[in-house]
Amino acid sequence: MTKSRLFRLAGIILPMALVIVLAAAPAYAHEEYKIGAIFASTGPASMLGLPEKNTVMMLEEALNAAGGIGGKKVEIIFYNTEADPTKTVTAVKKLIKKDKVEIIIGPTTSGTTLAIIDIIEKEKVPLISAAASVRIIKPVKPYVFKTPQTDVMAVEKIYERLQKNGIKRVAIITVANGFGDSGRNQLKILASKYGLTVVADERFGKKDTDMTVQLTKIKGTNAQAIISWDTNPGPAVIAKNRKALGIKIPLYNSHGVASKKFIELSGGAAEGTYLPAGKLLVVDQLTKNDPQRKVLTDYKNSYESKFGGSANTFGGHAYDAFQIAVKAIQNLVDKKIHVNRDSIRDELENITGFVGTGGIFNFSAKDHNGLTKEGFVLVEIENGDWKLAE
Amino acid sequence: MISLEQQILQFVITGITIGSIYGLIGLGFSIIYNSTEIINFAQGEFVMLGGLITVTGIQVLHLPLPFAAILAVIMVAVIGIVMDLFAIRPLKDASAITLIIITIGASIFIRGVSSFVWGKEPYTIPAFSGEEPIPFFGAVIQPQSLWVLFITIVIVVGLKQFFDRTLTGKAMIACAFQPRAASLVGIDVSYMVLLSFGLSGAVGAAAGIVIAPMSMTQYDMGVMLGLKGFCAAIIGGLGYPWGAVVGGLALGILESLGAGLISSGYKDAIAFTILLLMLFFRPQGLLGKTKGDRV
Amino acid sequence: MTFRSLLRSPYTGFIFFAVLLLLIPLAVTNEYYLNVLIIIGINSIIVMGLDLLMGYTGQISLGHAAFYGIGAYISGVLSAKWGVPPLMGLLLALVGVSIIAFTVGNPTLRLHGHYLAMATLGFGIIVFIFFQELDFLTGGPSGLVGIEAMTLFGITFDSDRSYYYLVSIVMLIILLLSINLVNSRVGRALRAIHGSEIAANVLGVKISRYKNGIFVISALYAAVAGWLYAHYITFISPSSFGFMFSIKLVTMVVIGSLGSLWGAIFGAALLTSLPEFLTVVEDYETVAFGIILMSVMIFMPRGLLRGIEDLVIKIFARISDRSEVQEKINE
Repeated sequence: MTKSRLFRLAGIILPMALVIVLAAAPAYAHEEYKIGAIFASTGPASMLGLPEKNTVMMLEEALNAAGGIGGKKVEIIFYNTEADPTKTVTAVKKLIKKDKVEIIIGPTTSGTTLAIIDIIEKEKVPLISAAASVRIIKPVKPYVFKTPQTDVMAVEKIYERLQKNGIKRVAIITVANGFGDSGRNQLKILASKYGLTVVADERFGKKDTDMTVQLTKIKGTNAQAIISWDTNPGPAVIAKNRKALGIKIPLYNSHGVASKKFIELSGGAAEGTYLPAGKLLVVDQLTKNDPQRKVLTDYKNSYESKFGGSANTFGGHAYDAFQIAVKAIQNLVDKKIHVNRDSIRDELENITGFVGTGGIFNFSAKDHNGLTKEGFVLVEIENGDWKLAE
Repeated sequence: MISLEQQILQFVITGITIGSIYGLIGLGFSIIYNSTEIINFAQGEFVMLGGLITVTGIQVLHLPLPFAAILAVIMVAVIGIVMDLFAIRPLKDASAITLIIITIGASIFIRGVSSFVWGKEPYTIPAFSGEEPIPFFGAVIQPQSLWVLFITIVIVVGLKQFFDRTLTGKAMIACAFQPRAASLVGIDVSYMVLLSFGLSGAVGAAAGIVIAPMSMTQYDMGVMLGLKGFCAAIIGGLGYPWGAVVGGLALGILESLGAGLISSGYKDAIAFTILLLMLFFRPQGLLGKTKGDRV
Repeated sequence: MTFRSLLRSPYTGFIFFAVLLLLIPLAVTNEYYLNVLIIIGINSIIVMGLDLLMGYTGQISLGHAAFYGIGAYISGVLSAKWGVPPLMGLLLALVGVSIIAFTVGNPTLRLHGHYLAMATLGFGIIVFIFFQELDFLTGGPSGLVGIEAMTLFGITFDSDRSYYYLVSIVMLIILLLSINLVNSRVGRALRAIHGSEIAANVLGVKISRYKNGIFVISALYAAVAGWLYAHYITFISPSSFGFMFSIKLVTMVVIGSLGSLWGAIFGAALLTSLPEFLTVVEDYETVAFGIILMSVMIFMPRGLLRGIEDLVIKIFARISDRSEVQEKINE
């Protein structure tokens, strides 16, 4: 009988051990400004989340080396969300309840951001998300802000161009995940505004290895342009398949491909295709008096010298989120207002004319993104490099 | 513009290409199953490793493509053998559940390690002989598709010869049907199992290499491909070397027609529905003769 | 009742466990820890059901995340789209899941081993694709927002503390049901099937009825967990119910100990809380996960809980052996 008795004892000892472990919660006073950071540094969105995490860590180091905010240091508390809603909720609760942060930046993906909005609003902690979907800030929620240009702006940038070129019928091919889904919705909603008809609406899975079938269907329609919506490597496969199928109508990609990897992966097939992108991609081609030029050059150089590779716009979103959070705290310190979650939130709505990597931010009580579609430029791929197409 | 007939032709061509890949991966499953009755859930990882090691061979070691490919095939075969030595061999008389979980553990482990070695970014390798599409009755064939077909045929014919003609091949089959009897007649069963893991790794790697120029290669690409390969093996009939290829082609063509004519969003649902129907109504597979309902 | 028989009763452990669970919030006031405990509780419910299927009956399922998801989506969609109250949502979710589980289970459970694994896996993937593609209902891949917070009999469970109590009570009820089940005639029949289906058949156990029954029960457990999850997070998206989560559930069962309800809870608690302790080494999490899975199977095929227990017994046995020898020498 010893065995089963031991088993039953386990039922008693187990929860006891749990209580002891959990009760050992550390508690300490605020000696620095605590900023929570939640990005998907591993998992399906890690290509976005990792540069975001790197950027924030780099900025924390630089800021503290320069003396912090008003003599007080800034501490980043980072948790990995793995782009998983449950993990993100847990991370946010940890940041709010255990680490007692003033403000949270991130998460990486739209789905995880939507998952935490209820908690953020209930606990009244300001959040600056680095995710694309317009659903995050529309309708406006008091505590939720975001830095990336919305997919609405990306779609408008493309549609504006199509309209200018006299195109009437488009085919869309989107990935079946949050990013593709959100893009697909905006593509369909905004089409009529620009006098366009969506004549083909194809989808594919994130792990699909061939999109010939979808493109063949598009080839069978009278579409005048194709718009693909995914992050790498899907769009590279689409570009290759399009070339192989001899499809001549132009291909527009989403801002999700805005990294050199896309050009590399698609070989020559990306030549002559377009994408809307943050100005980071074409920083060298910006006019000398472009207000963003300095910020972008600084970010690009410091990121690339620290981490190698090339800085991308996703890291830029985290850069903007961090700098805006710091700016809000700095303003409060300057104005001698007590820094807490509510005062930061209020101050965020006062931030205008802030020059970031994604554009010039003008927040207000009605606009928690603060960008216009001018934050995007249309880029063409030419000779294996980005070229400003305006 | 392209007519419906031409579209359907294009769907079938795509289906055959993708189907050959599924078939090759399924073949990997079949080889191990043939000698051990184990389903190796890490088969998709062999495919991924094949592609990524070739990338390293080309980009880091600056090897010409054929050498990089051979290097990858050999290395993945070794990884397969190591997997048998450390994860499968220590278990004796383990249940199917245990073996499934072990190989799932191995696949997660390999994937995790790969994400360190190669990072999480996708890579590609150049197409074997250019990317100029070949026109075919209004549809087009990518040169790489012909490579996929060619390699598949070479491997299948080679394996068929190996299992039918060589003593080692026959011994491997004997191990699956009657391991005890096989060892009584002097066959070294554990050596045969080792061999099958190596062989299966090599075939998986080959699949990963031929598909990389078309589909890119990434640390987590193996999951879905592995599952599809498994579908192919079951549809064709587990344990029949030709079966996996027939199953793969059937799956590839049906999936591609389904995506083209019904809905691209439900493409994978179509593939797995076919799998379920096969399992329910013909578990022995298209080519299978015996009752597949193994106790 | 003597102390000895008290210890022997399967309910003693349960009572201790129940009292402890309900006392935890007195010691743990931080909502973050309660949040982790809530997720553990929700996962334990699914894992207990899966253990009834895998551990007691010997049938594998690589698609249990699907039932979890269906439970979450039925109640979630009804709540978000039409404002159906959670209790009604639960009832409809249970009805829906039992119909699906019965329909799928019937042909599926005739398969064995790898075939069964593959069929359940395929089912899981098909359901996942439906979550993504039925976007007019489910909100598609970007997820479903606007699920109402849990309200039962006029009480709103909107704090972590109250939700913790709710999850604990539901979990305890399910644990009690399961303890009763495995100690009943049914439990013995299940173990007989696990031992040998042919032998069980000869002994007159109606195998397919028992297997289907337990499959439906375990699917219902998962649906209850999904319901608790949907109304806790108030947001659901397909990614929470994918293939990898099914694998994680199986891992929880296996690591805990196949065929032990306490093991199931232990496995769920360990695997859910482990990443919280491992945040420092997050990049190694997948690697560690793979290693744990393989090494538990190789070195402790009976699971971690039983593995430790075996070890303790072995050590005790050795000590008592030695003392016996010592006594003999002394004589």
